[in-house]
Amino acid sequence: MTRALITGNAAAAWGGRLARMDYVPAFPITPQTEIIETIAKWTERGDIATRMVMYESEHSMITGAGAAAATGVRVFTATSSQGLLYGMEMLYTVAGWRAPFVLVNVSRGLASPITLEPDHNDIMAARDSGFLQIHCATCQEVVDSVLMAYRLGEDHRVRLPVIVNLDGFYLSFTREAVDLPSADAAAEFLPAFDPQGTEFRAGKPVSQAVAVLGGGTYSYFRYEQHLAAQAALPVYDEVAAEFNDRFGRLHPAIESYRAEDAEMVFVMMGSFATKAKDAVDRLREAGIAAGLLRPRLFRPFPRDAFRSALVGKKGVAVIDQNLSMGMGGVLHSELASALYGAPDAPRALTSFVGGLGGRDIAPAEFYEMAHATLRAAETGETPPPRLMYTHSELREMRKLQAAAHVERHEQDIA
Amino acid sequence: MYRIRFHGRGGQGMKTASRVLGSAFFHEGFEVQDAPRYGAERRGAPMNAYVRADRAPIYERGIILRPDLVIVADDTLVPIPAAGVLQGLDNRSVLLIDSATPEDEWRKRTNIGGPILVLPLPDTVDRSSLAMIGIACAGAAARLIGVISEDALEQAVRDELAPLGEAVVEKNIQAAMAGYAAMSDHAGTVSEGVPAAASGAGSPDWVDVPVEEVRLSGPAIHAGATSVEVRTGLWRTFRPVIHYDRCNHCNWVCSSFCPDNAISVAEDGRPVIDYDHCKGCMICVVQCPPHAIESVLEVEAAAAERRGSA
Ligand code: SF4
Ligand code: SF4
Repeated sequence: MTRALITGNAAAAWGGRLARMDYVPAFPITPQTEIIETIAKWTERGDIATRMVMYESEHSMITGAGAAAATGVRVFTATSSQGLLYGMEMLYTVAGWRAPFVLVNVSRGLASPITLEPDHNDIMAARDSGFLQIHCATCQEVVDSVLMAYRLGEDHRVRLPVIVNLDGFYLSFTREAVDLPSADAAAEFLPAFDPQGTEFRAGKPVSQAVAVLGGGTYSYFRYEQHLAAQAALPVYDEVAAEFNDRFGRLHPAIESYRAEDAEMVFVMMGSFATKAKDAVDRLREAGIAAGLLRPRLFRPFPRDAFRSALVGKKGVAVIDQNLSMGMGGVLHSELASALYGAPDAPRALTSFVGGLGGRDIAPAEFYEMAHATLRAAETGETPPPRLMYTHSELREMRKLQAAAHVERHEQDIA
Repeated sequence: MYRIRFHGRGGQGMKTASRVLGSAFFHEGFEVQDAPRYGAERRGAPMNAYVRADRAPIYERGIILRPDLVIVADDTLVPIPAAGVLQGLDNRSVLLIDSATPEDEWRKRTNIGGPILVLPLPDTVDRSSLAMIGIACAGAAARLIGVISEDALEQAVRDELAPLGEAVVEKNIQAAMAGYAAMSDHAGTVSEGVPAAASGAGSPDWVDVPVEEVRLSGPAIHAGATSVEVRTGLWRTFRPVIHYDRCNHCNWVCSSFCPDNAISVAEDGRPVIDYDHCKGCMICVVQCPPHAIESVLEVEAAAAERRGSA
């Protein structure tokens, strides 16, 4: 094991390297490019025996990833944002092939307007694709999660591709101290990919991805995929326990920080959740029993674990770094559905949307969310969903709008 | 926790400087988080890089709002509001500037209350290499913080620059040590910031965003050619200067190759560079057949310009 300061992107590449990836189909996109640059450097120098191929788009890259995985080799690939969306058709398609591989997504907000900075709308768009999803909060988690993702997806009870998600900038370009498992330890944890006889070969062809007409056949295959995704919940717990035994780092389906005895709990995903930990510590110092639950596993959704962790709480504040237009935060909706009908469910389930396009979430905002949620629990009146947006941000916006219109005025005259 | 921000321009080695400081902390046994912050721009655009270091796990993320130390490697950034150099400085945060302008003058200009230090670098540091200034700043920062040994600093330079070869590493170690030595009278001036309590944090000042007409709320600028308004000339670290005595008005190779259309041809056939939009990529310098375009350090060119107009 070595301890090194590396970026989230480098950690993702190391995850693939320690998993002994055989094949890497690639296409560059900010802020993910450093991952494929790192792998390209290693293959070029002969450090790893991996075949890397540049594709002409994410659409064919994901097709290539699925096809290669179906031949029984271990596949690693990575994308971000618009690239993930460009490959979306094939994301759904290859998941149905039941050929496991790992796709790292480096979250970045979607157009329009265009941005390079992170939020989770890209990864939310892949929610129903059949890929399992693991969300990371630190660079350490990135390397660990890639290894765990292979174990999970390749398990014979699951056999689905897995997305490991990390936030652009806040993890992708940020260095943190990471314990890199030794190659031997990684190999012991993650043995060679066993395709269990489902691989195709030139001499042993398979007609992959057949067409079915008649809803009965279609429903069967689709539902099998869903059942496999659900089966991944207990498998994940096994994988996490074994990872902890071997490496001394526990990455549960839901990370719990001071939540057990908390009266109010923040629920959020991704790297900004570490900021919530800070807020929890400060709130505790101020006499407020706050805690944090952070789902690492988002698909399958750890519904029962959330129910048992949240029953009896006064209030829950869900922070979404995504926005489903016309509905609101996705995690909030999912949590509401998970908690509905639970005996002794939290009295208040508040919704906050923030961190869109990389916007910071300030400590004072966490404190206000805690207070508003406890007030709601007290009064029984839950406030409407709130976008974290300040007067000064709106004033800045007004200046930009004025400029956008003034110029037109000048042109009209000219 | 120590919170440190480096300000410079893309290409001035701020990312490397922050990483050297980060690695030095790491060698001293600290938990570290370091990252560059830049947008879609390229070389020469204002950028910053930050380092957090603590004995405990670091939960903070992203921009540093309340820095303990701000390092400015390019003093032309101080008056640019978008560069955010002075953001969050209070009476205990230290400002270190690499500048020919003295400290009391900076105090007048910035009106900040905390310690201001101008980095005095010996002639042994190659000032024509911008990256050297960055490394010297990292060395100076290490000494100001006071918990980083010379050994850790040297090891950090090796970690970050080893792929560039031993000669480069040695030169950078010298620059780092020069910065380190220059701050010996101020060792330990920078102290760790304490976390602000939840009770005194105040309200986040949220606003209910109103529903607005699409003409206002759609992401459009109601005019064409608005990119002209973006003074990309501010991103330059080097300036191309045409020597008209040597320019033979070839087929205006410079103008054809300029990726930013920043070289126009005047009526008399002379190529003219639009310095508001020349980003300083130096492609024209490389392409000009009779080598009539010279590359000049932007700070020097700007100083010469000021002298000329005074
Ligand atoms: S350096 Fe030369 S080629 Fe580059 S932007 Fe400026 S004028 Fe154009
Ligand atoms: S390329 Fe050189 S010689 Fe040709 S027009 Fe430009 S400056 Fe003059």
